[in-house]
Amino acid sequence: MQPIVEVQNLSAQFDERVILKNISFDIMPNEITVILGKSGCGKTTVLKHLVGLYELQQGTVRIMDYDINEITEDDYADLVRKMGVLFQNGALLNSLSVAENVAVPLEQNTLLSPGMIDYLVRVKLQLVELEDAYSLYPSQLSGGMRKRVALARALALDPPLLFCDEPSAGLDPVTLAALDDLFLNLRNSLGITLVLVTHEIPSIRRLADHIIFLDDGQVLFSGPLDAALKSDIPQIGHFFEKEIV
Amino acid sequence: MNISSEAIGKPESGLQWEVRGNELQFAGALTLENIEIVHSRIMTALRNVTGSEIYLNLAAVNQIDSAGFAFLNSISSRLEQSGTKLIWRQIPDEISEAGKTFALREGERPADHKPQSLIENIGEGAYRFFADGVRSFFYLMANTMYWTFTDMFSHRHRRKGEFVRQTVLIGADSIPIIALISFLIGLVLALQSAAQLRQFGANIFVADLIVISMTREMGPLLTAIMFAGRSGSAIASEIGTMVVTEEVDALKTMAINPIRYLVVPKMHAMIFSLPLLTLLADIVGILGGVVIGYFYLSISPWVFYNRMISVLIFRDLMTGFIKSLIFAGLIVITGSFYGFRVKGGAQGVGKVTTAAVVTAIFLVILADSLLGLLFYFD
Repeated sequence: MQPIVEVQNLSAQFDERVILKNISFDIMPNEITVILGKSGCGKTTVLKHLVGLYELQQGTVRIMDYDINEITEDDYADLVRKMGVLFQNGALLNSLSVAENVAVPLEQNTLLSPGMIDYLVRVKLQLVELEDAYSLYPSQLSGGMRKRVALARALALDPPLLFCDEPSAGLDPVTLAALDDLFLNLRNSLGITLVLVTHEIPSIRRLADHIIFLDDGQVLFSGPLDAALKSDIPQIGHFFEKEIV
Repeated sequence: MNISSEAIGKPESGLQWEVRGNELQFAGALTLENIEIVHSRIMTALRNVTGSEIYLNLAAVNQIDSAGFAFLNSISSRLEQSGTKLIWRQIPDEISEAGKTFALREGERPADHKPQSLIENIGEGAYRFFADGVRSFFYLMANTMYWTFTDMFSHRHRRKGEFVRQTVLIGADSIPIIALISFLIGLVLALQSAAQLRQFGANIFVADLIVISMTREMGPLLTAIMFAGRSGSAIASEIGTMVVTEEVDALKTMAINPIRYLVVPKMHAMIFSLPLLTLLADIVGILGGVVIGYFYLSISPWVFYNRMISVLIFRDLMTGFIKSLIFAGLIVITGSFYGFRVKGGAQGVGKVTTAAVVTAIFLVILADSLLGLLFYFD
């Protein structure tokens, strides 16, 4: 099967600080891939390269047959429609209501009628259990609710590929479990490929099909979750042991 | 029998649809990309269908997404309006399964807010203006004046170097622009009046006009308006951003009074800087008059100076000084008032900044008119 994301020899540095050192990995379709590692190891930098927020300095990234190095503006717009991104703090537009936030990608990227857009907004809010927040503004929501609205917005265009940066950060265990269920549902029912950056070990155990473990800007491990759990690499063992402590 | 049909896209990802009699049939991918193309054409085709029921056949649909369900829902709603019912039949299991995720549950639609009448809106707006806006403004004004006065004599709560930092930011950094604009205003004022006075041989009265107008009105008013634009907006946006990022809440939880911590240093800097800058504006504005007097009316600087001394009275200078103190207070309080009332994010900060500048300029001009009546009413 062809990978949905291919990263080859990706390196990045900001000023004199080297963040990523020649990393390579593949992400397979219809899988949940978790990128993990200690704080500052380069996880978010990898994610931002994948979603096109950072310009490639060195290496190649291919997403759904688009070569990011040589992508044209039109192709990039086409690719972005096929990707959803959930930012760490939600990144909702505070001046717009919840419904308007979710409607933004639909209004800007499709020719759907206002009635259909409203239906889709309600369905996506229903998906994240926030139907009642339809008319509220982001400032009236809790952190967990903001994140779920952001997820509804990321799913607005039914993207086959969804990137989530720390989706579990700051959520209570009940909301977290519901979010995990939602991710599994997205993968199982809709065939969405998910790329998660998270530290939440129970979620990783529950969700991950594939693990990419970063350490000091390098890929220390890339493989199935079971293999990661059995790995004798000290950093990985140490990482998973912390759950027991 | 009416028949409409169409096939779009590649065989593996395209969509075929057909309206035959009272049956609407789809085959292929009922997804966003395809729906965008065929949406309006199917709606047009359905207009020609008669009868109280239309059957929806999805047996040959192999892919559907949320936009697909939104589209089917939109067809159903449109048909309902014309008294026709859409009956689903031959639904594949996969579509039924996807429907659990993408179909809108009944009874989930939150009630729409009942729109208010114009009278209700006016009444509510007026109530909010007086009960909330005006009251909060005077509360902030009282609080700020109290702490401004108290902290002049108490160093305990004052951040080290803050007064100097604010004075440089608010006052010293404004010197070039205030000097330039005041000079140009003095120049223009003298030029316009000179043209008229020369006709009557009253050239020398240009000095009277410039000196009196600059010290009584133009100096304090111009400086205050420039300050309202420059520093009033900076105060509103700084405090507004801090409210949005919860920094003000953080101060409160640390038992720090935000007015004392954020507003009072600015007020101290402003009431120190504005009178001095007003004096600067007076001097530079008069200098503009001297330049025009010398080059345009042949009045030597020495003659201009002597005339200035004879017309300049202490009360005029004091009037300007008192006005500038009051203007300083109004600008800081207005900027802070709007800053603390910010709602929403970046857009909210932009809105309050604009409102702060407009209100501060309005209040400065209003106060100038009232003070003018007070000081010069004979």
